Amino acid sequence: MAKKKLLLLGAAAIFCAASAVKPVSAETVLRATMHADVRTLDPHWTTQTIAAIHGMLVYDTLFGVDDDGVPHPQMVGDYSVSDDGLKYTFTLRDGLKWHDGSKVTTADVIASLKRWGRRDQAGRAMFAHLESIDAVDEKTFTMTFKAPYGLVLETLGKTDSMVPIIMREQDAQKGSDDQVTDAIGSGPFMMKKDEWVPGSRTVYVKNPDYVPREGTPSRFAGAKIPKVDRIELVWIDDPQTRMQALIAGEIDLLEQPSVDFLPILESDPNIKVVRTGAIDSHWGTIRINHLHPPFDKPEMRQALFHLVNQEDFLRAVIGNPEYYRTCYSFITCGTPYADETGKEIMSDYNPKKAYELMKAAGYKDEPIYVLAATDHHTITPAAQVLVAAMREAGINVNAVSIDWGSVVSRRASRAKPEEGGWHIFVTTSSGTTATNPVLNTWLGANCDNANVGWPCDEELEKLRGAFAFARTHEERKELARKIQERAMYVVPYISFGQWTQPMAYRADRIKGIVPVTGTTVFWNIERID
Amino acid sequence: MTAYIIRRLLATIPVMAVVAIFVFLLLRLAPGDPAALIAGDNATSAQIEEIRQKLGLNLPIWEQFFLWAGDILRGDLGKSIFSNMPVTTLIAQRLEPTLMLTLATLIVAISLAIPLGVIAAWKARTAIDRVVMLFSVLGFAVPVFLAGYVLMYVFSIQLRWLPVQGYRPLSQGLWPSIQSLILPAIALGMTYVALIARITRASMLEVLAQDYIRTANAKGLATGRVLLLHALKNASVPIVTVIGIGIALLISGVVITETVFNIPGLGRLTVDAVLKRDYPIVQGLILVFAATKVIINLLIDLSYAFLDPRIRH
Repeated sequence: MAKKKLLLLGAAAIFCAASAVKPVSAETVLRATMHADVRTLDPHWTTQTIAAIHGMLVYDTLFGVDDDGVPHPQMVGDYSVSDDGLKYTFTLRDGLKWHDGSKVTTADVIASLKRWGRRDQAGRAMFAHLESIDAVDEKTFTMTFKAPYGLVLETLGKTDSMVPIIMREQDAQKGSDDQVTDAIGSGPFMMKKDEWVPGSRTVYVKNPDYVPREGTPSRFAGAKIPKVDRIELVWIDDPQTRMQALIAGEIDLLEQPSVDFLPILESDPNIKVVRTGAIDSHWGTIRINHLHPPFDKPEMRQALFHLVNQEDFLRAVIGNPEYYRTCYSFITCGTPYADETGKEIMSDYNPKKAYELMKAAGYKDEPIYVLAATDHHTITPAAQVLVAAMREAGINVNAVSIDWGSVVSRRASRAKPEEGGWHIFVTTSSGTTATNPVLNTWLGANCDNANVGWPCDEELEKLRGAFAFARTHEERKELARKIQERAMYVVPYISFGQWTQPMAYRADRIKGIVPVTGTTVFWNIERID
Repeated sequence: MTAYIIRRLLATIPVMAVVAIFVFLLLRLAPGDPAALIAGDNATSAQIEEIRQKLGLNLPIWEQFFLWAGDILRGDLGKSIFSNMPVTTLIAQRLEPTLMLTLATLIVAISLAIPLGVIAAWKARTAIDRVVMLFSVLGFAVPVFLAGYVLMYVFSIQLRWLPVQGYRPLSQGLWPSIQSLILPAIALGMTYVALIARITRASMLEVLAQDYIRTANAKGLATGRVLLLHALKNASVPIVTVIGIGIALLISGVVITETVFNIPGLGRLTVDAVLKRDYPIVQGLILVFAATKVIINLLIDLSYAFLDPRIRH
């Protein structure tokens, strides 16, 4: 018996000793679950939003836009523009250091901008008009344009798709098609690459050398102060588990809770559900392939306006009217250049009329290939609504049901629809990418260089180009109206409305969230428990 | 015996080669393009094509295969297309959670299922037998994800006894690690409890009908001794087979449990890689799974020889 007792005591001692090996730490940790997992560390390499979020944590940008979309200096201290609008002179502010301790210089900035300018569409548009970019000294550089390009600061302060983050010269010199695999930035947080488990967890720690600029934080402008010691982006794949983890306090912030679970989260007194920013986070796109019949004719594409009842789509996608709105503009509604000219046509839902217009334009009841994603929480229901409307109209629909990864792959194909191509697919895009016609790449109609679907219209491109050179708000407003009218004719895509994806967080544990649409930021958040 | 083991191990080489060719072709012939997924939603065709060229995805399939096979022969499973991390590192990162979950599930399953199966056989056609069999039917019928959500709701949200999700590695302490595995192991173990209990019952019933059991009972041996020493040992060959198959299934098939409880194991790595068309990871994982399966089968075969002397001869 004594031997047994001894054994039990021994086992208990070992167990307690093992249990006691806990990390003892007083550091403040913020745990968040984002809409996707960080998989690529190079924000110039991909248009994924999660790469931009990672980029904003680790790197810094020359300019940052505020709540009104106005760009303000961020890494830049002072800047000036010549009277003819051709030459911009930028001086970096003091105290900028890389995470490896070295100084940020204009050599880093110029190499980074050149690399980004080869990859990003807005960057390419700006670089097409750039004559030279030169270093004056370690802190000052100039950008000289061939013509007075009007969107320089907006482009340098761009916050989604491929963000113009500034990286070290040796990283930026890798070439635009080589992925940067280090994450040495000059931003408010440093990535702990040794703790990175792709598909599970990405860890960042406070950058002790970061000198924030002064000013009230407003989106990407103002002071970016890291107020927690450590950020863990915990990837939880299952929406139900994400919600339960927030309720149980295992995570502090859930970037995109499933809309179905919002009532549960809202009923929890410790959890706050908030809109993420003034601009709606998403808008829906019905993209049409301009290469193949029958949609190579504008009349055929215009007929499709009558198939879209935005309310039907928005109810299926987001459900709660508090978070969605109809929008008949090619520019995000609620932003300065939105224009709903043609609303009476776009809101005239009449499937039979759509079919008659298509017949009149020469439709011979050939099958229309719609790529219908089967595994996406917003795109799948939207595609189902579209297919139902097309069938109600009497259109011969071939709904190609495939996973989202396959849609992304197949939509890049220019082949005939029946030979592996497509006629129509549904997708969503970030509200901030469509705040002006130059940044909205889905509106581009530059033929082979346009986004998938390859719209081709010289007039629309001319108007987009003119927008980039407009000097006053009134000029831009007028051009935006003309672009809306032309886009109504060309129909590069049809919008099915816009919505905001709310964010949920533990209000009893953290505060100071900076409301931002799309690219969530973590500076200024602090623990209060 | 040594010659037999060497023969069996050599036989795995052609098996692995066939698996490698099959997996490679299957992935390349399936729809989907990793370059388009890497590029993101707003990328142009030219950007996607640049990435495709960089990754060598535009090379002929046979050329891609020989490049990959050459690397495999040098012990290099390649790098993830997305994260650029070596596949071996990614697998190593995910090994501990899956092995711990498998071990915990087996402990739950075996410690419950074998006693239940033995009792059901001993009390065959009584109320106890029927209750045990009813629970095994339930174990088969209730989906893992449903069991997971119910357990999570009761023990994590309502009672706050156990964490909702995640895995705590052993380096953070034994008890936190066990805590993070209790609910997933129960959810995942239910099916295996049902499977092993039914096989144990069936196998025990067959053995209990043998003459030597009747003789042992007639000699006045205690029931426990008859059941455990005489019957269970001889009924163990099919039970071990099922447990062995279970281990192989557990290692490669814990996807749902790992997803529901957010355990960063090999199952989730596989599904993520398949959805993202991260070819090197999928190829590397399937080779590892195939090798594991072959080794487990070999161990099961070897265990027969120890459990049943007739097989040894």
